[in-house]
Amino acid sequence: MRGATRAKWAAGTMAVALAATACGGGSGGGGGEEGVLSSSWGDPQNPLEPANTNEVQGGKVLDMIFRGLKRYDPRTGEAEDMLARKIETKDQQNYTVTIKKGWKFSNGEPVTAQSFVDAWNYGAHIENGQKNAYFFGYIEGYEKVHPESGKATAKTLSGLKVKDDRTFTVKLDQKFSTWPQTLGYPAFAPLPRAFFTDHDGWLKKPVGNGPYRVESYDKGSAMKLRKWSTYKGPDKARNKGVDLRVYTDNNTAYTDLQAGNLDLTDDIPAAQLKNAEADLGDRYINQPAGIIQTLTFPMYDGRWGSAKRAKVRRGLSMAIDRKTITQQIFQKTRTPATDWTSPVLKAEGGYQAGLCGQACAYDPAQARKLIKEGGGLPGGKVTVTYNADTGSHKDWVDALCNSVNKVLRDDKACVGNPVGTFADYRNQISAKKMRGPFRAGWQMDYPLIQNFLQPMYYTGASSNDGKYSNKEFDGLIDEANAETDRQAAVKKFQDAEKVLVKDMPVIPLWYQNGSGGYTDRLSDVRLNQFSVPVYEQIKVGS
Amino acid sequence: MGRYVIRRLLQMIPVFIGSTFLIFFMVYALGDPVAAMFGDRAPDPATAARIREELLLDQPLWKQYLHYMGQIFRGDFGTAFNGQPVTELMGTAFPVTLRLTLVAVVIEIVVGITSGVLSGLRRGRALDTGVLVFTLVVVSVPTFVSGYVLQFLLGVKGGWVKPTVSTDAYLDELLLPGVVLALVSLAYVTRLTRTSIAENIRADYVRTAVAKGLPRRRVVTRHLLRNSLIPVVTFIGTDVGSLMGGAIVTERIFNIHGVGFQLYQGILRQNSPTVVGFVTVLVLVFLFANLVVDLLYAVLDPRIRYA
Repeated sequence: MRGATRAKWAAGTMAVALAATACGGGSGGGGGEEGVLSSSWGDPQNPLEPANTNEVQGGKVLDMIFRGLKRYDPRTGEAEDMLARKIETKDQQNYTVTIKKGWKFSNGEPVTAQSFVDAWNYGAHIENGQKNAYFFGYIEGYEKVHPESGKATAKTLSGLKVKDDRTFTVKLDQKFSTWPQTLGYPAFAPLPRAFFTDHDGWLKKPVGNGPYRVESYDKGSAMKLRKWSTYKGPDKARNKGVDLRVYTDNNTAYTDLQAGNLDLTDDIPAAQLKNAEADLGDRYINQPAGIIQTLTFPMYDGRWGSAKRAKVRRGLSMAIDRKTITQQIFQKTRTPATDWTSPVLKAEGGYQAGLCGQACAYDPAQARKLIKEGGGLPGGKVTVTYNADTGSHKDWVDALCNSVNKVLRDDKACVGNPVGTFADYRNQISAKKMRGPFRAGWQMDYPLIQNFLQPMYYTGASSNDGKYSNKEFDGLIDEANAETDRQAAVKKFQDAEKVLVKDMPVIPLWYQNGSGGYTDRLSDVRLNQFSVPVYEQIKVGS
Repeated sequence: MGRYVIRRLLQMIPVFIGSTFLIFFMVYALGDPVAAMFGDRAPDPATAARIREELLLDQPLWKQYLHYMGQIFRGDFGTAFNGQPVTELMGTAFPVTLRLTLVAVVIEIVVGITSGVLSGLRRGRALDTGVLVFTLVVVSVPTFVSGYVLQFLLGVKGGWVKPTVSTDAYLDELLLPGVVLALVSLAYVTRLTRTSIAENIRADYVRTAVAKGLPRRRVVTRHLLRNSLIPVVTFIGTDVGSLMGGAIVTERIFNIHGVGFQLYQGILRQNSPTVVGFVTVLVLVFLFANLVVDLLYAVLDPRIRYA
C-alpha cells in the first residue's frame, strides 16, 4: 500500500535525523570519579574573593579552600582555633594574634602574619569595592581606608601591625570582647601573594589553604575541587574531592538526585518537601540553621513607627498563627520563633526559647484588643511587601495575611504586595519606600548573639532596614560588647533583646532549617550552622 | 542579488541601534542593581557608591548608553557582576543554545513537514483528523508541563535518558530538551504545511504535472511541496530567533547553561550588561534569520527575484 511505504519513509527519515544528532555523544556527568562526590551549586553572585563573598554559594567554596584563624565547629558552633595559636588581650581592645607554624597555601607559599594583614587591608580598602568591607570596621583606621564618601586617605589599616612572621597586633576602635569569635568568618581568611600579583589569574583558579584545592573552575557551570593531600590541618578531607555543579533550578537538582545523577543537594525545593521524606528516607536532612525570618516595620514611617503604634505591632505579632503556617506551608522545615536569635546558638550562646513571651504567641482576642488600643491599623489595613522572584514567599505571606484577616474578622485587612525582583525589592528598602511591614531574613555571619542583634537593631547599623532606634537598646549592646566575661556579655545581649519585646520593631516569624538530601553512595553527611554541607567529613563509599 | 543583500545588511544598522537603545533603557529603568548585590543586608554606602562609579551607574542614562555603544563597537560587551566579561558568557552560552535550537528545528522540520504533507494529502481522512488532534494537544500543553512530565517519565522513572544536560551539552543529551522545545512550533509547522498543501493540491500546475504522468513522489516533492513551503519557511525562519530567546523554560528544566539561563539569571539579579548584551545578539540572530528566509524564497520560487 502506498500509505504504508510513505509512513515507513517518514519513520526512516526520523531515525536518520535522530542518529545524526546523536553523534558526538560520550560520557558526561554521572556518578563521576571514584571517591569524588557531586553536589548542587548555584552560580556565585560575586567574584570569589573572601571579602567579597556574602552569599551561601560562594561561601561554600571559601569554606572548602580556606581556613582562617578560627573555625566554627560544625556540630557545636563554637569558634575554635584553627590557624590561631593564641589571641591575647588585656583590655578587650588591643589584641595580639599568634599563628601556628607550618601552614601553607596549596601553591606552597607559607601562611604568615603578613598573609592575614595584607588580606585584611585589601578587604577594607574602598577602592577594591569589597562587599564585606564592613567586617573590618572595628579595626582602628577603618574610616581612613574606607571613608563614608570621597577618596581613601590611607592605604592600610593603622590598627594592624605585623610583629614578626607569626605574630601581628590588632587595635580595635572600641572594646569588643567577642571579636576573636568573629574571626571564623571567611572574610578574615589569609591570602597568598598570587592574589595580589596576578589577581585575574587567581580569580580564575583560586588558591587557598584549606583541605581542598581548586582543580578547575568553569565559571557558571562547574567547579572541580580535589583533596589537597599535603593539607596540614586537623580536618583533612575524607573523600577524594567534590564536583560542584551549577543548577539552573533547585527542582532540576532534585530531579537529578532522584535519578542518581547527582550525589548531594543542599536545597530541596519547597514543592518537594512533602515528598522528600518518602523519597529519601533517612537521607533527607532537615536541621536547624542560623537563619531567622522576620517581618520588619518601617519605623521611619510615622504611621507605623510611633511609640503609640507599638501596641499595633505587638497585636499583629499575636495575630499570626506561626504554628499552623510552619507546619502546613513549610512542612516543618521552619520552627515558630520565640526570640530574635536562632536555636543554633544554643542556650550558652544566647538563644532563649520563649524570650518574646506572650507577644509571639497566637492569641486572637488579645491581638484584636491591642490593635484597637493602639488606634487600629493605619488606614484600616496592612500590606506585607515581599519579593516574588525567589523563595516561595508568596505562599507564606498569603497564609500570614489570612491568619491576620481571620483574627481581625476583615477580609481586606491584610494583603500581600509582591515586588518583581529581589534587586527592585532591595532598592525600595534602601530608599525607605516601604509603607508597611516587609519580609526580611537574616542569615548569621558567625554564631554569636551579637550578630543577630547589633547589625539589625542598633541605631544606624548596616542592616537596620526599618531604621529602628532606641537608646536603651544601644546602651545595652555597648555594655555587652565591653563585657569581658562571655556569660555576662550574653546576659546583657539578652537584656537588649527584651527591649525588642516591648517595642516590636520587627516581628520574629520562624527559624529556618537547612534541608538537603543525598544518594546512598554517601555517608556522614550533615549541614553546618550556615546550612552548608560539611564536605570534608563526607565519606564516599559503595 | 548581491545588491539586495547589501541593502538588507545596511537596513539592519538602524534596527540594531534602535533595539539596543530600547533594551538598554528598559533594563536600566528597572533601577539600581547595586542593592541586590549585597543580599538581604543593606549595602555599606561607601562601597555601593564605589561600585556604582565603576559601573558608571552614577552617570546620566544617555552617557551610559553612549559609553555602552562605544564599547560594543570595540567588541566589548562589558562585564557581568560576577567579574566575567559578557563576551565570555556569550561564548559559552550561545553554542549550547544554538545546538539546542538546531535539534529543535531539525525535529520541527522533519516531523512537522512530514506529518503536514501526509495529512494535507489525505484531507478529511482518519490520518488528517489524527494529526489535527495531536497538534491541538501539543499546542495546548505548556512547555513546562511537557518538559517536567517527559523528564520525569523518561529520566527518573524510566531511566532511559539522563534527566539533565551536562555542561558539555552533547547532542544526544539535547535530544529530549530539543523535542520539548520543538513541540509547540512543531504543531504550527504541521498545520501550516497541511493547509498550504491542501490549497495547492488543486492548483493547475499540479494537475498538469499529474496529467504529464510524472510519478506521484515527484509531483509531491518537486511541484507541490516546493511551492507550499514558502509560508512554512517564513515561520521556521522567525522561529529560530524566538526559539533561541524562548528557551528559558526548557533550559531551566533541563539545566542547560545556555542563553535562556543567562538571560534568566541576568534578569533575576538585574545584571544589566548581561541582559542587554544577550538580547542585542538575539536581535542580530533574528535579523539574519529573516534575511536568510527572504533569500530562500528565491530558491523555492524562481519567480521571486531580487534586484
